[in-house]
Amino acid sequence: MKFLEKIVDKLEPNFEKGGKYEKWYPLFDGFATFLFTPKHTTKKGVHIRDAVDLKRTMNTVITAMIPCLLFGIWNTGYQHYSALGLTEEFGFLDQVFFGALKVLPVVIVSYVVGLGVEFGFCIAKGHPIEEGFLVSGMLIPLIVPADTPLWMVAVATIFSVVFVKEVFGGTGMNILNPALTARAFLFFAYPKQLSGDKAWVNTELPEGYSYAENGKYVLNEIGQRVGEVDAIAGATQLSRFKASVDVMKNTKDELGEAVGAAAQSFEAGVVKLSEKFDLWEAFVGIVPGSIGETSVIAILIGAGLLLHTGVGSLKIMLSGIFGAVFMTIIFNTAGVNPYMTVGPLEHLFAGGFMFGLVFMATDPVSAAQTEVGKVIYGFFIGLFCIMIRVFNPAYPEGMMLAILFMNVMAPLIDHYVIQGNIKQRLNRLKLNTANH
Amino acid sequence: MSTKKESLFSKKNMKLIKDPLNDSNPISIQVLGICSALAITIMLENAFVMSMSVLFVLIMANVVVSLIRNMIPDKIRIIVQLVIVATLVITVDQILKAYVYEVSKQLSVFVGLIITNCIIMGRLEAFALGNKPGPAFLDAIGNSFGYTWILLVVGFLREVFGSGSIWGFKFIPDSWIISFDPLTGGTDGFYEHNGLMLLSPIALFLVAGVIWVQRAKNRKLIEEN
Repeated sequence: MKFLEKIVDKLEPNFEKGGKYEKWYPLFDGFATFLFTPKHTTKKGVHIRDAVDLKRTMNTVITAMIPCLLFGIWNTGYQHYSALGLTEEFGFLDQVFFGALKVLPVVIVSYVVGLGVEFGFCIAKGHPIEEGFLVSGMLIPLIVPADTPLWMVAVATIFSVVFVKEVFGGTGMNILNPALTARAFLFFAYPKQLSGDKAWVNTELPEGYSYAENGKYVLNEIGQRVGEVDAIAGATQLSRFKASVDVMKNTKDELGEAVGAAAQSFEAGVVKLSEKFDLWEAFVGIVPGSIGETSVIAILIGAGLLLHTGVGSLKIMLSGIFGAVFMTIIFNTAGVNPYMTVGPLEHLFAGGFMFGLVFMATDPVSAAQTEVGKVIYGFFIGLFCIMIRVFNPAYPEGMMLAILFMNVMAPLIDHYVIQGNIKQRLNRLKLNTANH
Repeated sequence: MSTKKESLFSKKNMKLIKDPLNDSNPISIQVLGICSALAITIMLENAFVMSMSVLFVLIMANVVVSLIRNMIPDKIRIIVQLVIVATLVITVDQILKAYVYEVSKQLSVFVGLIITNCIIMGRLEAFALGNKPGPAFLDAIGNSFGYTWILLVVGFLREVFGSGSIWGFKFIPDSWIISFDPLTGGTDGFYEHNGLMLLSPIALFLVAGVIWVQRAKNRKLIEEN
């Protein structure tokens, strides 16, 4: 630490006014304050002093995401080999290695591109570097499939940093969550890479291996049959739901016989849905999905850290879960198509619901600010998420759209909460003065 | 009243052409006619045909309204303008259907909607009703070219990134496009067209980009609030 401090102190004169690299001061300042608590003191007025500044807050969130990242790395490798039926040949270390090879480049690209754009803007405008991208840079890799081409990640990152953040005035001014905007951009711009059953699991054969019998089996170097390809492994659980609903629409069961009565097909659909969903697997996270979103356990560890340090809002998380459960129960009661019969736990564990709720809905900038507002905001995120999933299975990831939508609504919610408060106080004042 | 006859190409009149191209551009500064800019800029060709239609309608309407401006009763002037514009638009629609049928099919309802294009009504109300045919003609040219260049820029970007072609000419070979390879289980190719570019909302972002560049270059345009 002393060593680093010396380097920083030695370099500083070069970047100060009149120094050689005066123009690059924001860059230097950004790194120096990342390493050490800044030495600047406030010059005017009274301020509350706290060691936890913006950079420290951001670091807490990043730490909270590390379990998800590590689990995601392993799961990427595991899904890859298990889809090919090669988990016996390639053990834990191979899986982690494969996952790291896929995931780490995405993380690096997201950070380099995002910070590059941000530094560029800061130097152009001459204001100090804002550290807002530290969290977004980690969130973006966690919410895309591991196989997303790197240049797509770069394009989406540039789009979201420029159009959601810099245009509105940089860190703390963004109206939407930048990471989710990047994902929404990817989702609409490159739908083939972000949805469907080819997107989630890499099925590229290892060196020397080949497919046999129309891709049903995998042969090793000497032509031995080693693995059986898992036909449905590629789809996420949300898209499996959709697939089984599609099957229902065709009103044919698996044997190819036409199922005449609608009631019969409905029953079959419900059975099929429950067959295709393993609650325990979804909870642990051994399912295909975006890199960091699959494991509810890892997310809960992160949530614990966020709540313990007070960075994340418990109100938003709880009301979000409540909203989702509320909507699910309504749908379950109605239950007109198989999709509506999916239970609350299944909905909570499937897809990006938990991840979005813990790490993105609680983003202090784009969420509602008032305490009552937070409850309303969280509730509607949960509600809309389930609604989008059920009513439009073509957009399986309802969480993304629900959070973005509520991001836009957050200022409105705050406005009415504050107006309501003012009204209440005015009434109280009137009552008080009337009594005297 | 001045008796000196003003030349058609005097400095003041040339300003009528130049201003709408940049400092008072109908789309990026006055934010008029946005709907058509969003709807028909998927391909460069569509954007061009649309721009030319607007050019024709705006010039004719501006000149005609300016010619009869002293005869139009004030109370029914909007109706009179609408009749003139509608006549012109129907003419354009028929011509497009006769000569560029494919494009006119893609432009569909938006040719008809030129009638409601705010730029046209705006110019008629703000300029043609109070000026002679000569300046009105120049004003129409300026404004429609201001409209045209933005449409062409947006159309160019959307076509290049959305379909990988320029004016219908594909320059990105199909072998570049990412596709699933059943032999290895991996993927071939590395490129993918941007599907967002085919959706209308992206035009808003592109127009916003144009506005951004314009204001960064000319700081006078930035409003104080």
